[in-house]
Amino acid sequence: MARNSVGREIPETFAGKKLIPYSDPWSLQPHAERSTRAIRRLTHNGSKLVGGLRDAIIASGLKDGMTISTHHSLRNGDYLLNELVKEIDALGIRDIKIASSSVHIVHAELIPYIRKGVITAFECGVNGPIGELVSKGELDCPIIVRSHGGRARSLITGEVPVDVAFLAAPYCDEYGNFNGFYGPSACGSLGYALVDAQHAHKVVAVTDNLVPFPAVPVGIPQTVVDFVCQVPRLGDPKKIVSSTTKVTTDPIGLQIAKYAAMVIESSGYMKTGFSFQTGTGGISLAVAEHVRNMMRKGNIKGSFGCGGITGYFVDMLEEGLFEALFDVQCFDLKAVESIGRNQKHVEMTAGTYANPFNCGSVVDRLDCAILSATEIDVNFNVNVNTESMGYLLHNTGGHCDVAAGAKVSIVVAPSIRGRLPIVRDEVTTITTPGETVGVIVTERGIAVNDNLPDLKAELIKRGAPVKDIRQLRDEIYSVTGIPKPVEFEDKIVALIEYRDGSIIDVVRQVKP
Amino acid sequence: MEILKKGQAGTMQSSDLMVTVEPADRLLIEIESTVKKQFEHLIRAKLEEVLAKNAVKSGKVSISDRGALDYAIEARLEAALQRAGGA
Repeated sequence: MARNSVGREIPETFAGKKLIPYSDPWSLQPHAERSTRAIRRLTHNGSKLVGGLRDAIIASGLKDGMTISTHHSLRNGDYLLNELVKEIDALGIRDIKIASSSVHIVHAELIPYIRKGVITAFECGVNGPIGELVSKGELDCPIIVRSHGGRARSLITGEVPVDVAFLAAPYCDEYGNFNGFYGPSACGSLGYALVDAQHAHKVVAVTDNLVPFPAVPVGIPQTVVDFVCQVPRLGDPKKIVSSTTKVTTDPIGLQIAKYAAMVIESSGYMKTGFSFQTGTGGISLAVAEHVRNMMRKGNIKGSFGCGGITGYFVDMLEEGLFEALFDVQCFDLKAVESIGRNQKHVEMTAGTYANPFNCGSVVDRLDCAILSATEIDVNFNVNVNTESMGYLLHNTGGHCDVAAGAKVSIVVAPSIRGRLPIVRDEVTTITTPGETVGVIVTERGIAVNDNLPDLKAELIKRGAPVKDIRQLRDEIYSVTGIPKPVEFEDKIVALIEYRDGSIIDVVRQVKP
Repeated sequence: MEILKKGQAGTMQSSDLMVTVEPADRLLIEIESTVKKQFEHLIRAKLEEVLAKNAVKSGKVSISDRGALDYAIEARLEAALQRAGGA
């Protein structure tokens, strides 16, 4: 065991891998060549069409012990991963590792296949029941949680070698050109899949919408696709939308949004060239509404909007408030519809978005970003992975990537959720290190990190309710009482990997 | 006071709780809560405080808590006790 710089005990190895304890967000340097794969030559005029999913698995040469991936652009509407694992099981293949870009609640269907030994590890974070069962010790399956940028990094460096990528291809031709823009399972940006298409050893395009050659615009090209197979349905795009996509009406949420808008206004970046990222939650959208009004009022033309893109951002692009949208995944159907139509709504790979190991990712160009939090500690460390019972329930998404990249990362959260104090002495799990978090905004006040002294002074000058984070914690504790920490066993069930591949925290089995 | 019959107060909404009190030979407290791991000690202390204030010596108090704050716990238990006290 070694103690990392945020005070967490990190083992030397996990699931056979040697671990690097986290030290800081910036200094770890890559020592790798870009991962390679065999160059393939398709038989002259050969066909790539192999029939159904089972035929594609056989054609790909998938064997016991290999690693597969899928993308999660259909989010909770994805049918492919569940179907794929069923077929893998039917073929008697065992000990498969899953390195998908994310796993959602819908993939709880995989649980029997984990018990059966078909799936033996996750090289990616998980949302929902799988993490809960693993946390309770009821399911034995090591999980390595990675951010969007960290996952891209792990494929590009070859740290996670994907043997076969099965990529949902909503608009695909028989030679393997495809995009996500059209068809019954259109999901918009294929930002995550673009990384797999370049780095997986074998690439299978799985489609429910085979169109005559050529499928244009080409998102993922024929040159990297080994096989094309057909399934009845890839998924239900209506289930892409996960949370509310309406501006909140909750007074606490509106107060938080108002304060967050004050932070943006005081940051000095709300001027020509402003760049911005926000999420899908009701508070995030309320902040976006403030931003939109500020930009209109000040006649400000922004540079770009980024991240998971919502219809809200599409409206701002079409109104001319931003020059471009960089889209790694579409968060609603309005965004899906826009990306196929708006030239300045740009599909962006997860590597371009957030990989720390390249010559600069898009998050590094962000001025202000709105992030969420399950818990925040007095050192500004943020937890989005585990919840009040200590169970691993959420994937990191782009949280730590965006926090590290944005000049001002703004974490918005209510101060209390059902008696749980959100600002507290210690977080259950550290997802994002405090030194990359700029500002905490709650309805009870704003805490500014010491590394942003000018912003703090400006907010005070403008009469914003700036408080020391310890003062904020004390005020919240006086209402909720001081919580007892959740108790854990020694056994480590999951790793929380920082974006550079070092280990920022571990998740231990929860005591019953 | 004495618990003469079943009394109930509260809701199952988030940040609220449902309190049920019933006659019993001795004092029994049953806590079910979404925040049990972190707050059972404080919830129990608050229930015991309100029971002592009302001089309740026996009865079964069960709560189903959705993360209520202390003042809600106090108000809901007081209401349930009044409903259980006859008259």
